[in-house]
Amino acid sequence: MTDAEIRALILELICDIAPELDPASARDQDDLREIFDLDSMDFANLIVAIHDRTKIAIPEADYNKLFTLAGATAYVREALASSAARTR
Amino acid sequence: MNDFKMPALGADMEAGTLVEWLVKPGDRVKSGDVIAVVETQKGAIEVEVFAEGVVSDILIPVGERVPVGTVLAQIDGAGVAPLPVEPAIVAPKPAPQALAEAPPKPTVAPQVSRRKITPAARRRAVALSLDLETIVKGTGVEGSIRLADVEAAASVARPAPPLTRRGLDLSQMRQAIAAAMSRSKREIPHYYLAETVDLHLSLTWLEAFNADRPPIERILPAVLFLKAAALALREQSKLNGAYENGVFLPAAGIHVGWAIALRGGGLIAPAIRDTDKKTLVELMAAMRDLVERARRGNLRSSELTSPTITVTSVGDRGAESVTGVIYPPQVAIVGFGRVATRPWAVEGRVESRPLVTVSLAADHRVTDGHIGGLYLAAVARLLQEPEKL
Repeated sequence: MTDAEIRALILELICDIAPELDPASARDQDDLREIFDLDSMDFANLIVAIHDRTKIAIPEADYNKLFTLAGATAYVREALASSAARTR
Repeated sequence: MNDFKMPALGADMEAGTLVEWLVKPGDRVKSGDVIAVVETQKGAIEVEVFAEGVVSDILIPVGERVPVGTVLAQIDGAGVAPLPVEPAIVAPKPAPQALAEAPPKPTVAPQVSRRKITPAARRRAVALSLDLETIVKGTGVEGSIRLADVEAAASVARPAPPLTRRGLDLSQMRQAIAAAMSRSKREIPHYYLAETVDLHLSLTWLEAFNADRPPIERILPAVLFLKAAALALREQSKLNGAYENGVFLPAAGIHVGWAIALRGGGLIAPAIRDTDKKTLVELMAAMRDLVERARRGNLRSSELTSPTITVTSVGDRGAESVTGVIYPPQVAIVGFGRVATRPWAVEGRVESRPLVTVSLAADHRVTDGHIGGLYLAAVARLLQEPEKL
């Protein structure tokens, strides 16, 4: 997946949780929890959704790396790359 | 013959609008089935029937607003159990008309399956006067109808007759909250207590619990709070029940109303039945399910009428402490603030520890601060033994 595809996927998944908000308003360094008003359960559900769609492992200790759109995109990209390297 | 009536779904509900029938005359129903959808100030609620038999007559058509207690339909059936008035509360002995611990089983999935529609899609459909039935296939999760589906359908569909508004009206929700909270502050002599609890053991245990589980099986700290709050009620049962007509009615079970903030504003606290008897994993699933259904407008009537106490947890972006207002006719509300790392004295040394402020607001007509203090001490103690929760 390209960064643009990952970013779009994350926004799509947030949209399922916060359907009333416009994903286009998100900027890379915004805290997703703040701009989309995600509470603890919403964020946990976002992690579940990212895991379901990408199959990457996201340990709880890494949750804070996914708070921004840029951070989440980079995290998913690196996790996909390292799982691809392992299966190669 | 049993009368199926407009239920009272909140402290100050006077009337509701019938927005959907999920059965027709001749249909067989059993206790726990969702047979109608009623619009209240708190949005659309699915109403269950607590009788078994055949629907013989539907008396109120869709779109009509009727007072609480109005007969909506009649259920004809042999061996019908008497309709419970309010399942959760048991009148004190020796009251002759003591209400039986009643049979609703909210955990039983309703027979009638309804289409999932996101709130935004529902609002847009109403705005466009679009009949959602015209959308054959939703593209969202499990075929749910999303905003995009509505827009797509609207671009091809002819305008349908206006729908009865089913989505949540925030000004109505605000009025419902205002009415219940005003009544609470007018009638209930609240007293307030708080206790700071060290969560080091709880969170260390939880971290290990979550570490080797996939995301869907992980548990939030709020689940530990909920379970501890419920178990502590076993020790202080006078905080669990209802105060009505000058008497405290202790509840037979512990059905915690879990406060859920709705997106865009508003609050609702549906019950998690037998909270004290559920495992942490079950509670997490129940909580996830309730949040989702509360936001979608798929809560059931029994979930709104059966809470015996309310617990609110503000989560990781909330304030450091919260002191609640009791939801009548309940007699207590427990509040958990944001977990914050702070200096804490441990065996004569200052250490950095995750702390939470637990508060209790309780009804002075039923208990005093002594009972309340024992309750908070029990919650604090239970959170030091997370493996037993």
